[in-house]
Amino acid sequence: MQYSKNQLFFLASLRILIGWHFLYEGLIKVFNPGWTSKAYLLSAEGPLSFFFKWLGGSALANAADIVTIALLIGIGLALVLGFFERAAAFAGIALLAMFYLSHPPIPGLENAGPAEGNYFLVNKNLIEMAALGVLAFFPSSHLVGLVYYFKKQGDETVGQHTAG
Amino acid sequence: MSKEKQSPDNSRRRVLKGLAGLPFVGGILIGAYAESRKRKLAKRNILEALNINAVRPESTADMSGDPIRVGIIGFGGRGSHLVRLLGYATPSWFQRMKEEENEGAIKAFQEQENLNVKLTGVCDVFDVYAEEAVAAFPGCKRYRNYEEMLESPDIDAVVIATPDHWHAPISIAALQANKHVYVEKPMTHNIRETYALQDAARNSKAVFQVGHQHRQTQSFITARDIIKKKVLGHVSLVQTNTNRNDDNGAWQYDIHEKASPQTIDWDQFLGGAPKIPFNKEHFFRWRKWWAYGSGLSGDLMTHDYDRINCVLEMGMPKYVSASGGIYTHHDGREVPDVFQVAMEYPEFSVGTSRPKGIERGMTFLYSATLGNQFNRSTILMGHDGTMELGNTLTIYADPGSTRYASMIESNLIQPEIPIYSYNPEAEEVDAITSATAKYFADKGLLWTYRDGKRVDSALLHLKEWLGAIRHGTPVSCGIKEGFEEAMSAHMGGLSWKIGRRIEWDATRQEIIALPGEDLDEILLSTQVGEYVMET
Repeated sequence: MQYSKNQLFFLASLRILIGWHFLYEGLIKVFNPGWTSKAYLLSAEGPLSFFFKWLGGSALANAADIVTIALLIGIGLALVLGFFERAAAFAGIALLAMFYLSHPPIPGLENAGPAEGNYFLVNKNLIEMAALGVLAFFPSSHLVGLVYYFKKQGDETVGQHTAG
Repeated sequence: MSKEKQSPDNSRRRVLKGLAGLPFVGGILIGAYAESRKRKLAKRNILEALNINAVRPESTADMSGDPIRVGIIGFGGRGSHLVRLLGYATPSWFQRMKEEENEGAIKAFQEQENLNVKLTGVCDVFDVYAEEAVAAFPGCKRYRNYEEMLESPDIDAVVIATPDHWHAPISIAALQANKHVYVEKPMTHNIRETYALQDAARNSKAVFQVGHQHRQTQSFITARDIIKKKVLGHVSLVQTNTNRNDDNGAWQYDIHEKASPQTIDWDQFLGGAPKIPFNKEHFFRWRKWWAYGSGLSGDLMTHDYDRINCVLEMGMPKYVSASGGIYTHHDGREVPDVFQVAMEYPEFSVGTSRPKGIERGMTFLYSATLGNQFNRSTILMGHDGTMELGNTLTIYADPGSTRYASMIESNLIQPEIPIYSYNPEAEEVDAITSATAKYFADKGLLWTYRDGKRVDSALLHLKEWLGAIRHGTPVSCGIKEGFEEAMSAHMGGLSWKIGRRIEWDATRQEIIALPGEDLDEILLSTQVGEYVMET
């Protein structure tokens, strides 16, 4: 896959910015031991709310907290540093899909929480999911990131804006 | 790309492009750490400054030993609920819960703590209720009247959940027989019997508790500590409310299909009330008539008065003024359905952050309607802060506060964000609550999940009573609290009837009557001000 300089700049920027968002959300939760996803899960609305409410009320709620934090940090590191970016992108899409489905921006639902804007079906979670889809199919870590750094010396493609 | 083009130029590029993400990771790490440290410090500073001790007192009273033998007097709605908390549920209740698909209630019943009580007697003037208890609970004997029950050696204690006009006569008789008493609110129906019950309780060896179960609610216990630590500064106004808008809330209860002069001991129901012919509506919807009920003042204001008395310990008011009328249910009832009471405490003080002598006195305000259910919260308003009180407890600093002036100045405290938020079910106290957490707390979502279990505060209140019987430990709503609750409610009822501000003589411990006034007669009459109510 070949990119122009501008294409690569914005792809790598998008990857690092989304990674930043995930990593920061994960770390803030680590540094705040009182954080829990229970209230968020219990306030779920929409067609799949029964699942999220069950999860929030079950013994699995603590595990859900740990998995969420681990995923946020793992995905964040992978995207910022540039490794396993496709796997990270798919994992990110899955995690955001859970967020999206638990509080879907459907008119008439009340528990969507206080929002800083107005949303109809499309919200920032959905847009970030689409952006992660772009990252999955337009990889950049072999050009900027750890994959590039650890590539074998003398690899044909090193230093060129191309990918197989 | 040819090999000679690599290094050093190439290795520099390699590092630059390969490790481009590293500085970001470092930056994010430092940023997240600094941000959470800032939040923690601010939270700690505020919590240290407030010094609130929100430790949950565990109810550790030992319930082992011989079971306490309890008799239930009044096995209607409230009575059967209290008996369930004592461990006894009827098959028809299980049936009803299943029909209503309320599996949670059944589960809660099965998981609730065993208070080690033996239900040995039931007394109800409606055959259907009494026979249901006898059929459901082995060893539970029916007594035709409360005197028979109190004479029985098989009864150690009684739970009284009758209409209001029977609370005091039965309590007094039970205490004189040295049987322990748990009586529903309001403690009494008139002024005279309030003194008589006070004497009976003081002269009895038995334990006496009034059923204001919210005294067991953790947020109220925490609120007491908050007042003691002067977090709110001088409290000058307390606002409490009742808002209901449905038949059940307006005491329009269902009339049982089997109710008839054959199944109801009408004379016994009437007791000291005016003799009138059998009337099903009076029997099942007794809260609507002064002869048996106490209207909003005795029925519901007593809850709010005692909630605040539990927190502020303000005791008897100096003056009480009431207003209201029947505005939403012209169905023949005598008691008002919109009702306001203002109680004045000119000498009240919980301490101050300002120079001594400036602040003194407080108004307790109660406002109720049975025609609208918009939620108005209980609010305690102090010079330094405002407390919103319910199952959760939230405190806001006041922009004009003296105590928090410097913290507000330095932006450590923002008046629109709670400085303290206590949720009995959450794991930790929160100092600076986010908008989202506040949003969830307000919706009550935060307190349904701790261990998936909620404890009914009435169970804790009964447990405290049983603990006092077993171990001689104190009760939280005894005769002193009951006297204040009942007497202040009677002052509210009197003010509404007479249309005058009613005054309490603290030295003589009595309500001041004008020459020729029989206050009890006025309290129970159907005459309001200048006109007689149509019934």
